[in-house]
This record gives sequence, structure tokens and C-alpha cells, in this order.
Amino acid sequence: MISMKRILLASTVAMLCAGAAHAADLTVGFSQIGSESGWRAAETSVSKIEAKKRGVDLKIADAQQKQENQIKAIRGFIAQGVDAIFIAPVVATGWDTVLAEAKEAKIPVILLDRTIETANDGLYLTAVTSDTVHEGKVAGEWLVKAVAGKDCKVVELQGTVGSSPAINRKKGFEDGIASATNIKITRSQTGDFTRSKGKEVMEGFLKAENGGKNICALYAHNDDMAVGAIQAIKEAGLKPGKDILVVSVDAVPDIFKAMSEGEANATVELTPNMAGPAFDALKAFKDSGKAPPKWIQTESKLYTQADDPKKVYEEKKGLGY
Amino acid sequence: MIRLNTAALTKAMPQLLSLMLILFLNYLAFPGFFEIRLQDGRLFGSLIDVLNRGAPVIILAIGMTAVIASRGVDLSVGAVMAVSGALAATMTVAGYPLPVVIVAALGTGLACGLWNGILVAYFDLQPIVATLILMVAGRGIAQLITEGSIVTFTEPGLIFFGTGSFAGIPMPILIAVSLLVVAIAVVRRTAIGLLIESIGINRSASSYAGLNSKLLLLVIYGFCGFCASLAGIIIAADIRGADANNAGLWLELDAILAVVVGGTSLFGGRFSILMSALGAVIIQAMNTGILLSGFPPEYNLILKALVIIVILLAQSFSSLGGWAFLKGEFRSKGGKRQ
Repeated sequence: MISMKRILLASTVAMLCAGAAHAADLTVGFSQIGSESGWRAAETSVSKIEAKKRGVDLKIADAQQKQENQIKAIRGFIAQGVDAIFIAPVVATGWDTVLAEAKEAKIPVILLDRTIETANDGLYLTAVTSDTVHEGKVAGEWLVKAVAGKDCKVVELQGTVGSSPAINRKKGFEDGIASATNIKITRSQTGDFTRSKGKEVMEGFLKAENGGKNICALYAHNDDMAVGAIQAIKEAGLKPGKDILVVSVDAVPDIFKAMSEGEANATVELTPNMAGPAFDALKAFKDSGKAPPKWIQTESKLYTQADDPKKVYEEKKGLGY
Repeated sequence: MIRLNTAALTKAMPQLLSLMLILFLNYLAFPGFFEIRLQDGRLFGSLIDVLNRGAPVIILAIGMTAVIASRGVDLSVGAVMAVSGALAATMTVAGYPLPVVIVAALGTGLACGLWNGILVAYFDLQPIVATLILMVAGRGIAQLITEGSIVTFTEPGLIFFGTGSFAGIPMPILIAVSLLVVAIAVVRRTAIGLLIESIGINRSASSYAGLNSKLLLLVIYGFCGFCASLAGIIIAADIRGADANNAGLWLELDAILAVVVGGTSLFGGRFSILMSALGAVIIQAMNTGILLSGFPPEYNLILKALVIIVILLAQSFSSLGGWAFLKGEFRSKGGKRQ
């Protein structure tokens, strides 16, 4: 592990040196958290694609889930005099000093995917993030439309207890179905955002709700739990997607596979393309000098079986999810 | 061991009572708890869920019991599960035939266990430190194998290990029970069980008595790694994918807890594999019960902690001869009053 980290660090440094020699219109340093999940890996590869599209020289530093590595990377970027710095902050606090250094060097900073807590929001140009409450709401509104007034008992697979996407996606979904009195959440339990827990918890739901006959829909806070739950539904002798509607959030490739097989109904995308809007905002800022709004919300796009899931699956498969 | 005598039954009383109590509470929370039916030629019901979901931890607990009885501990089993699951999934996707995949995955687990064994037996590292190395590194290795993504597969042979069934009984249960029977037979029908206990109680004395304790430790840790890889294959097959970040995460703690709940001391020595398996079933019965109860998830861990404390207290009370003590005190108090 330690030697692996060294190699990564060494390759990062080598990459940075090689990058400096390369001439481009715009050089951007991106301090990425690490590779904690498939989504994160996809974010990294999409960022590279978006940079290439725009002819931006993007230097990515992998922080291995450590803030001190991110701070080191940011100082490195400042020393090299990059044109802008992107940060996907691993934690919310403790950024003031290093961001002040960037400001002093007149390098704009854009936050990707997560925000930070700071008394002085002049320290960063803008933050590009998804609204996780809105994601839940989109899923809820889809369900209201899909059941069209019929009575519907929903079981919910929550993310990790206390995590902000779990809290927000739950709240958003409840907001989304608030107007529909025919839809009720009857059971809600955590599946820890994982496939195996999603499957295990769904098995419990199915038993407790008359072998699943009382369940009309499943709402999962991420696709992975939904994929696990779909297997549990099948093993209980029911048809996911028909007997029990399945809606989830994230839009990872495997849920599109399930959708193309008719086993899942809808997913709300947490787009891995945070860098694209950030590049656009940065370019506008460089050209006109006008600061973008403090928060750029990414689109929470709804995908259903009607959106050619097979094609989306093929597109997303190579992104490293 | 296999012939149950009354003494063994009395010793197992706290665990059996806890299990019955938890099953009864599950029944109260969900009246259909004991219902079992056939679904697609496979037994289906909450009790089956308890055994099926408990199978990986039962398998881990079997290996862990041997390690703990030798006065060691193996923190790496969760990570080894992730490694073997990752390997099985990636090799399957790459098109290797099933027997090769299984042998490679089990062989890797065995190798991981032997690595731990070498560190503990030949380099005299403390087991908790020696196995911590692989606990941390193992997950990294698994991520390297899967390249950070969840590797999914559709090969029916491998999936069979997780969701298949034989004569209506799910495969994970069959695998766990077979391993249990074999392991108990090996440790109790031969001298191996006795030898493990002896190095657990006093390793140097055992060595002076002519026991090759280094080799035995190597075998014990190797076996534990083997069990972990078996559990890893089952959970990967169950979700038809290898999730290097989450597979087996914190399961080493569940396995240790199962052994402790089963009454084997962390200080080594006397052990019972059957009781550890019972401990694993108790833990899973509790987990399944919480899922069925419909409590908000914020209570999961608190409920679990409460139940564990009660079981451990009951066990310590009973092993101290608590019941006899209570009776005795009651009598002597009665005596003083006269």
C-alpha cells in the first residue's frame, strides 16, 4: 500500500513536470479526492475528456482521500503558476489558509462536487455541485406520474445513516411525493449505499410486506442498492420493474443494463461532468472578467426506459464507473 | 463435541437462551418470521434469510475460532474476502473456466493466510499487528484487481455459489454447514484441536513438549485465510459482482464477535467451533430482526450494542458460576436471619 502510494505520488509528480513543458491556452490544476468509488473514477475521466475538448491542459493530482495531500497539490499548482485550480474537497473545513495563498497569487479556485465551510466565500470563484435534495425530488415526481393516482406503498433504501446525500435524497423524495396522498413510504432502512446490503435489506422488506405483494415501488438512494434489491425481488418470485417499480439515483452503467432488461424503471443522474460547467464558467470569467454565480447547479437528469438505456449503458461503460 | 452431553448443553445455555429470545422477539416484531415456503425450488423465509445471510460470517468464524484459540486474531479476513471476490470476478469476466477461477480465488486466500502465519509464527510479530498489515493492504490489492470499479459477471456457475440451491437449501448454507462438519471432525476426531488449545494456553511450553508450534500456527492462519476466500466467493456470487470497496467491510469484527459470543476466550485455549457458528447465527438473527422490525435505521447500531452487552454479561455471569452463587447467597442470607 505504502509503496503503491509512493508510485502514485511519483507518477503524479512526473505528470506535473511533463505537463509544465506542454504549451496550451489554459492550464488548470485539479486536486481530485482519490478513487473512493466508481463515480469518482468516472468524474476523473470525464474531466479529462472535457479538458481535451476545450484544449485545456488539465493536471490531475490524486489525493488518496487525504486533505494534506490536497493542500500540498494546491501549493504545487500555485508554485507552477497555473491559470486556475479545481478542487474536489475531501472535507468541508480547513481550506482558508491555502485558498488565501491562491487568491494572493491571483489564481481562481473552483470547487467541484462538494462545497466547503468558510467565513469568506470570496476565497473561491464558484462551486459546481449537484443539488442532492433536487435529485430526490425528481425521483419522487417521476413516481407520482408513474402511478397516476393509484395507491402505492413505497419502500426506501437509504444511504449511509447521517451522510448528507442520504439525508437530502430522503428529504427531496418526500417533497416530491408530498402532493400525492396516494403514495406512502411504509418502510425505510439503510443499505449503506452497497449492493450486498441493498439486497439483504430488500429481502427483509419483501418478507415483512407479505412476500412483497404489498410493495408497489422501491426508491433507492443510489443505483448500487437498487441493483442488489432487484436481485432480491427476482429471488422472491416477483418481477422488478413491473410488480415493483424501481427508481434510484446516480445513473451508473449497471442500472441502465437493468433498465434495458425492464428490471428498473428510472434513475436520476448525478452527473460526473462537473468539470465541463467549471471550464465554461472559468472561460467566461477570463474573457469578460465577470464573476459567475457562487453556485452552479448541475442538471439532475431523469432517465427512464424510454431513453434507450442500452445506448446510454454503452456510452457510460468506458468511463471507469 | 458431536455427542451432546448435559454438561456441554449447560455451558451453551446462555447462547441458546439468547438465540431463542432473539428469535421470539423477531416473531413478536414480525409474526410471519417462522414461515417457510418453496420459491422457484428454493426454501424462502426469514429463518432461511438468517442462515443464508449468516453463512459468510459462520465461515469466517470457523477459521477465526482456530486463530483465536491459538491466542491470535486475524484482522485481515474482510480484506481477504474482497481480494478473493475481486479475483474471482475479474477472472470470470476474462473468460477463465470456473474450476480455475475457484482454485485461484481459494488459493489466493490460502496464500494470504499463510503470509499472516509466516509473520506470526516465524517472525514473531504480534497477530494483531501482523494481520493489520494485510487488512489495510488487502483492500488496496482488491481495488487494484478491479481497477476501482464494481466488476459484474453473468457466469451461472459462479453465481450458483451465492444464489443456487441444492434440494431446496441455498448454497451458502450448504457450504457453511459442510465446512462446519469437516472442521469439527478434523479438530475433535484428531489431536489437532488439543494441540491448538495447547499453543493457545502456553506456546513455549508446547514447543518444549515437542510440538511444532510454528508449523501448526502456519496451518491455522492458512486455514483462516482459506475460509475468508470461501466467504468472499459467496458474497461476490450473491450480488454477481465484486465490490472491492465494500465486500467484507468490517466483517472481521463480526467474525471476532461471533467467536466471543460463542464463548471462546480471546486469551486462547479452550474453543468450540460449533458455538462460534451459533454466535454468528445469533448476530445475524439480530440483524434480520432489526430489518424486519421497521425501526428507523438510526437505531440499528444501538439495538445491536444493547443485545451484545446483554449476551456477554449473561455469559460472563454464567461462567463465573453466577446462578450457583445467587442460590448460595440466598440460602446463607436465610440462615443469618434466624
